[in-house]
Amino acid sequence: MEKTLVVEMKNITKRFPGVVANEDVTLQLHKGEVLALLGENGAGKSTLMNMLVGLYRPDEGEIYVNGKHVIINSPQDSMALGIGMIHQEFMLVGNLTVAENIILGLKDLPTVPPISEINEKIIELSKKYDLKVDPTRLVETLTVGEQQRVEILKLLYRGADILILDEPTAVLTPKESQELNKILKKMLSEGKSAIFITHKMIEVLEFSETLMVLRKGKCVGIKPTASIKELSEIANLMVGRPVLFELEKGPFKPGKVRVELKNVSVNSKTHTRKTLDSISFTIRSGEILGIAGVAGNGQQPLSEVITGLMRVNSGSIIIDGEDYTNKTPLQIIKAGVSHIPADRGRMGIVGDMSVGENLSMKKYRTQELSNHHMINKSKVRQFASNLIQKFVIKTPTQFTSAKFLSGGNIQKTILAREINSCKGILIAVYPSRGLDVGAIESVRQNIIAQRDRGSAVLLVSEELDELRTVCDRIAVMFEGRIMDIMDAQDASTEKIGLLMAGVERSEECDS
Amino acid sequence: MNSLDLITKLLAATLAMGTSLTYATLGEVFTEKSGVLNLGLEGTMLMGALSGFAVTFHTQSLMLGVIIAMLTGGLFSLIHAFLTISLRSNQVVTGLSITMFGTGLANFLGKRLGPVENNLNLVGLNLAAKFENIQIPLLHKIPVIGAFFDVSILTYLLYILLPLSWYFMYKTKHGLTLRSVGEAPRTAAAMGINVNKTRYIYTVLGGFFAGVGGAALSLSFTPSWNDSMTGGIGWIAIALVIFSAWNPARVAIGTLVFGGITSLQFFLQAAGFKMVIPVQFLAIAPYFITVVTLIIMTINSIKNKGSFASPSALGTPFAIDEK
Repeated sequence: MEKTLVVEMKNITKRFPGVVANEDVTLQLHKGEVLALLGENGAGKSTLMNMLVGLYRPDEGEIYVNGKHVIINSPQDSMALGIGMIHQEFMLVGNLTVAENIILGLKDLPTVPPISEINEKIIELSKKYDLKVDPTRLVETLTVGEQQRVEILKLLYRGADILILDEPTAVLTPKESQELNKILKKMLSEGKSAIFITHKMIEVLEFSETLMVLRKGKCVGIKPTASIKELSEIANLMVGRPVLFELEKGPFKPGKVRVELKNVSVNSKTHTRKTLDSISFTIRSGEILGIAGVAGNGQQPLSEVITGLMRVNSGSIIIDGEDYTNKTPLQIIKAGVSHIPADRGRMGIVGDMSVGENLSMKKYRTQELSNHHMINKSKVRQFASNLIQKFVIKTPTQFTSAKFLSGGNIQKTILAREINSCKGILIAVYPSRGLDVGAIESVRQNIIAQRDRGSAVLLVSEELDELRTVCDRIAVMFEGRIMDIMDAQDASTEKIGLLMAGVERSEECDS
Repeated sequence: MNSLDLITKLLAATLAMGTSLTYATLGEVFTEKSGVLNLGLEGTMLMGALSGFAVTFHTQSLMLGVIIAMLTGGLFSLIHAFLTISLRSNQVVTGLSITMFGTGLANFLGKRLGPVENNLNLVGLNLAAKFENIQIPLLHKIPVIGAFFDVSILTYLLYILLPLSWYFMYKTKHGLTLRSVGEAPRTAAAMGINVNKTRYIYTVLGGFFAGVGGAALSLSFTPSWNDSMTGGIGWIAIALVIFSAWNPARVAIGTLVFGGITSLQFFLQAAGFKMVIPVQFLAIAPYFITVVTLIIMTINSIKNKGSFASPSALGTPFAIDEK
């Protein structure tokens, strides 16, 4: 059977000041098919899709939809062509209802929208596709999974038959991802087509028929998914060189207890459920304790109570045998705790300050870099250039503002500063989130090196692969509680997945 | 004078006083709902008051005065819109500059647009006619409530505008567009809404209302022109926007309360009500109570929901290619 082409983007080039985001990219999507679009961060996947939905306009090249040459100037143009996109950050308005979000921006809406008719139509659609959601609820009261259903409903309501999904599973539990897969399959069976952006390689195999890899704005490969035998094939295409999947890791030799949490609880300001509910665990030197869980189940507050950024309502935090409950961040830094925060842009660096200044931010108070309240500039310069070399930070000079670096190099800057000042305890929160394969590899290797040198490490992550390869023990969090703590080699994806979704809570928590 | 009469009189004064405040607040609700904070309100109102008075004085036409005041207010807000939306300047700084510019320009023009006989000065002149109160037959005789049916055309207009604004904002598709633009502009843009155009429209609309609010002072409440005659009403309006939680339906409550406090203070002063509290204290009472109310409301909203119901994108410029 001849496949019909629904979307064809021909020789697309898009330039932004200083960078070429897409260069001579040609993309073809067939009817009833899923095309996986892969690539590292900054490879130009989102830019390419934003041109298809009319947020950007290509500098060169042509777009054909259903065989017709089209010019897409705005999201309304693309909607009229039946193209709809689910963005990585959901495009929803929190204080509007589900129904209001779904009809937002529709052109043929009457001045006073008949809200009850609309609600009925939404309920009908949600029954048909098994997308359970109440159209009268405010979006801000929905869970992330429900919000994604609203996004899908939005596309269905508009009658979109070309769907673009930008990393749709990043925020979902494994079970929710499976459901999404089912819904997608159903939509495809009705003749809709989809482009699926991701950098999780396993999903490519599960979801797609064809895959297309972008690197540095250029298309470096289009293959039928069925022809892929090894994941490393895709990874090598994405990075352009062979990637280490096995990390070098020394034997597990735990030492004395460095950090101990005893029944730590934090009350929530907005919910009756506690933000942290009676958390207890220990981290020994030479050990990496992983924290698994869907984002927003208390991982971030957990890292913040240990680093002194959030106050504890009950329980105690003991570092090297001394009570550090509700001490200030500076006292905790002095006790030897280093912190790689989740939000690197806001909590990890000062964007407008130079790379060198950012690197010295934990040491400038000490004799090493300053003397009698005066910062010794030449020492700082020497210190910074050493770290830049050692951690291979790609920056034009150490005087460049940190905000101009790529995400991976910003993370390396933070890592360099924290590891340099680390006195044996490292709290790393989503350290590889949003980084490309090459940078992830270097971040993980650095964290393992810390552990091999005898540090106690807490690693919060949502990547099960990362937790299993990097950590020694894994704790799973759900709704502020620790569901279970297990050895990394015993942790199967299914077991962690179920615990992350809140089922099968073990009776006793290992402490 | 019995107490019922007194209350009726007080209410009448409150309505007269609150009219200007309500126009300004309602306009600012629209502007802020779209994500633009216009602190230029005080200056914009004063320009409205001046232009309305000057036009009416020279043409004897109240209607023309109000229309010119409205257009002047719109023009001033257009400056704000251009600077903050197109040039993406800081909304707070720009708004403060607009207030200073508007105040200075209005006071200056007040000494230049008058008749030659009065040294070109508008201060101290009277209008041939002002917006008189219109009594609705029978209804105005009801004690207390009657005060609502013995007001000027500008106030009657508000009885229509307030519910209409609420309906517009929460029931029509244009209202949906407006709310989404102030709440999540990126989302709105992805849904095909022109964010900046929407913000221009409602910033200028807010200016129209502010201009009429100014004219309500100089053509109806105190039919005259005086330097800086708005006397901080623009600032109170900005506080009242928060008090009304950006909901047109609640604007009237806020303006009645604050208008009431102000007129009560006039009443007590006029009645020669000798109290331990000095007159100066009464004069600051409305402002003081504004501060206290805001503190209480903020504490309450922290306790209940965790955040103010303010539009999330209030005060931030928007461009699609910026994250």
